[in-house]
Amino acid sequence: MLVHLQGPWTPLFGRLTLAQIPYHNGIVLGAFIFAAGAGLVIMAALTYYRKWGYLIREWITSLDHKKIGVMYIIVGLVMLFRGFIDGVMIRTQQAMADGPHSAGHLQALHGYLPPFHFDQIYSSHGTIMIIFAVTVVLTGFQNIIVPLQIGARDMAFPYLNAVSLWLTAAGAALVMISLFVGDFSHAGWVGIIPLTELPYSPGVGVDYWDWALQLSSLGTTLGALNLITTIVMMRAPGMTWFRMPFFTWASLSTQTIGLTAFPVLGVALALLSADRYLGTHFYTGGMGGNLMLYTDLFWIWGHPEVYFIILPAWGIMSEVIPVFSEKALFGYTVMVAATLSIAGLSWAVWLHHFFTMGAGPGVNLFFSVSTMLVGIPTGVKVFNWSLTLYRGRLRFETPMLWAIGGLILLLVGGLTGMMLAIPAINYTVHNSVFVIAHFHMMFLVSVYGIFAGMMFWFPKVFGFRLDENSGRKFFIFFSLGTATTFSAMFTLGFMGMTRRLDYLYDPHWQPLLDIEEFGIFLYCVAVFYFFKMIYVSLRDRAKESHGQDVWSTSRTLEWMTLTPVPYYNFAVIPEVHGRDEWASRRESGFEDSGPEEYEDIHLPKNSIAPAVIGALAFGFGFGMTWRIWWMAGLSLLGIIGVVILRSFADQSGIVLSAEAVRRMEQKPEGTGIITDHISPPVAELEALS
Amino acid sequence: MSRTETLTPAHRLWARHHPEPDPIAMKTLGFWLYMLSDALIFAGLFAAYAVLDHKFNAAGGPQIKNVVHPLEAFVQTVVVFTSVLAYSLAMVGLKARNRMFVLAGLLSAFVLGGVFLGLEINDFATLVAHGITPERSGLMSIFFVLIATHGLHMAFGMLWMAVMMAQVALKGFTTEVVTRLLNLRLFWVFQASIWVCMFVFVYLNGAF
Repeated sequence: MLVHLQGPWTPLFGRLTLAQIPYHNGIVLGAFIFAAGAGLVIMAALTYYRKWGYLIREWITSLDHKKIGVMYIIVGLVMLFRGFIDGVMIRTQQAMADGPHSAGHLQALHGYLPPFHFDQIYSSHGTIMIIFAVTVVLTGFQNIIVPLQIGARDMAFPYLNAVSLWLTAAGAALVMISLFVGDFSHAGWVGIIPLTELPYSPGVGVDYWDWALQLSSLGTTLGALNLITTIVMMRAPGMTWFRMPFFTWASLSTQTIGLTAFPVLGVALALLSADRYLGTHFYTGGMGGNLMLYTDLFWIWGHPEVYFIILPAWGIMSEVIPVFSEKALFGYTVMVAATLSIAGLSWAVWLHHFFTMGAGPGVNLFFSVSTMLVGIPTGVKVFNWSLTLYRGRLRFETPMLWAIGGLILLLVGGLTGMMLAIPAINYTVHNSVFVIAHFHMMFLVSVYGIFAGMMFWFPKVFGFRLDENSGRKFFIFFSLGTATTFSAMFTLGFMGMTRRLDYLYDPHWQPLLDIEEFGIFLYCVAVFYFFKMIYVSLRDRAKESHGQDVWSTSRTLEWMTLTPVPYYNFAVIPEVHGRDEWASRRESGFEDSGPEEYEDIHLPKNSIAPAVIGALAFGFGFGMTWRIWWMAGLSLLGIIGVVILRSFADQSGIVLSAEAVRRMEQKPEGTGIITDHISPPVAELEALS
Repeated sequence: MSRTETLTPAHRLWARHHPEPDPIAMKTLGFWLYMLSDALIFAGLFAAYAVLDHKFNAAGGPQIKNVVHPLEAFVQTVVVFTSVLAYSLAMVGLKARNRMFVLAGLLSAFVLGGVFLGLEINDFATLVAHGITPERSGLMSIFFVLIATHGLHMAFGMLWMAVMMAQVALKGFTTEVVTRLLNLRLFWVFQASIWVCMFVFVYLNGAF
């Protein structure tokens, strides 16, 4: 059954040999030194400040949805940075490798990256940005905000929530380790078939990509069912469906997509794995396989995934714009209908990713029309946001800047998307960088939404604001970079430049490539201001701290709790009387009426099991990638063992007495998300001692 | 339609004694959602089967009608449904809170699940002995993987049953154990209905 591979293989180390460590490659070595150095600094700091216990008790074992959300966002931001570096490398290579007379450096004929290395970089750029950066950060936001917005104490399944996080982290770790041990996939983030098949990709790169995607998609599916159950079952009394904050609606639509789309990715990748490991012929050309089967299955997931990424970002924009317009969201009901219909249509448009692959005019027509239909609810959203802004008392604080920036990018991305939906145009520009510029516009809407949400909710979660001054500069340089890079890229697309090129043959493209490179430089300045913003905010955190509602015009339930949010969220669950409950209470003069009496609160104990499952999942992925069968097998057995063992353990949580809750509510310094003396005990550590 | 309600002191602002959601209802909804995602895995595989079930995809090798035996699959169908019946009888025992009754029902369902898997493995072994393997063609790949995916689910359900027998014996009918027993019943019926799809679309449709 197992495919016989050429090359060395030992039972102990599988295909792994010392030669697989690319220490001779200067770029990879530099990245390794940077990553190892950063890791050492963090570990040294943890040891010096004696924070290991804190880290394990408060974060690694935590089942608190806010902490899990914060960890999701940290993983996502690290990956976003990595993906950004990949982007810088791609742009620099193309700016350097235009025309037959362009110079070559570092073993490359043109530019500074040999083709195989360049291919890995664009593949990892796409995979990381879509699966491990934007998806993960947005999942983190939904984890933190949705339970708060619906007035719940936690997610429906706190333990499963932690498992989702650690599976995603295991996938991200696989992508990261592929940089230093072996190669990453060179077949694009979509896994171009049959390039991903064993005869054309005999290395481990495709396997890394495959297992990293499998693990994280499993985590996303579990997270989806958790969020849906939370929204359906755990809303506060009085919160009917049409009183839910809009972000929660966006999350419900998103997670419905996640629950139904990600299993199909699982199938597409599992069949590819079967081809690569067992020698089956699902996607091979010769022995009765079908190449289009992969392409269809992949995009049946792939297009819903696009909306999985964009809908929560729109949800964030729909929260930010009303707060800074000091008005309720215009057309709430229509907005809900628009979000749900986009989620529904996401299932019926996948073929527009390959109009040119000969499906025939009838099929192309169907998918062209269904794609254009998406424009209607999207247009509704744009108008609703504009009409929310109309005659509002606008305040241009950083979250608002990002939200409006996203709105404008959505116009550019959406209209170019409508162009691409016409098969006749698609035939001319397909595979060109016009398409790349279009979908970067759309993904940047998500990124703008992410930064809007980050500026907006950071003070709620951590208790101090992000620095406004460097935040503004971050926004300005980021937007300048976006405009510069992608207007040049749209033009290059019309000039006929195709995607994924490590060498460009037409010297006339050079000026525009230089403009793109300048745009990337502006992005780098933006990243500098991002780090400065984090540094300045941390330094001045005492000055910037504030009470429960930092923006003073907030509208939804999450602003009713203490800031930073205590781990039980609400001391007493609020009763909801309408949409925008917090705005109603403020306008009716009830913002200071807290509950008179408190009650005991039941909370889950912390658990180390999810992190162990994540570590074992990483072992499984690594073992499968390198065909170290004992490692993969033991890890899988380990996961099953941990799950079974835990099912026998006592799962009663802890009870926080009404008296303790009263003390914490009156002396809120001790209840924040980063303080450590009130956290629930770790079940497994308790059992040991 | 004013969106910000005006509140008066008559409004109750805080929900004291707000009951926690029923844990069994919550876990059951979560489990139904899991089964939706699992159903989509099978949907993807059936779609792949529909694509690959063509003369060309046999690559000169056996067609589906050469490899399936509907009569044997019918025996498997009877076995898997008897297993579901045994599990349902265990649920009758659960209503009566009779531990031995539940254990006996679970054990019979487990044994019948084992018989089902044994028949399937035997079927596969016979095919492999005749040189019909998943590597033969695209069609044979999807045939084996589709059936084996269901088989893996059955094996997983049996492992779950074994764990539940231990938990019923050791822990009795706690809320958690009862929730798991109810969800395992859903899972077992779900897998039986997936088998019906296999039986109809692969074994019956393929043979005739």
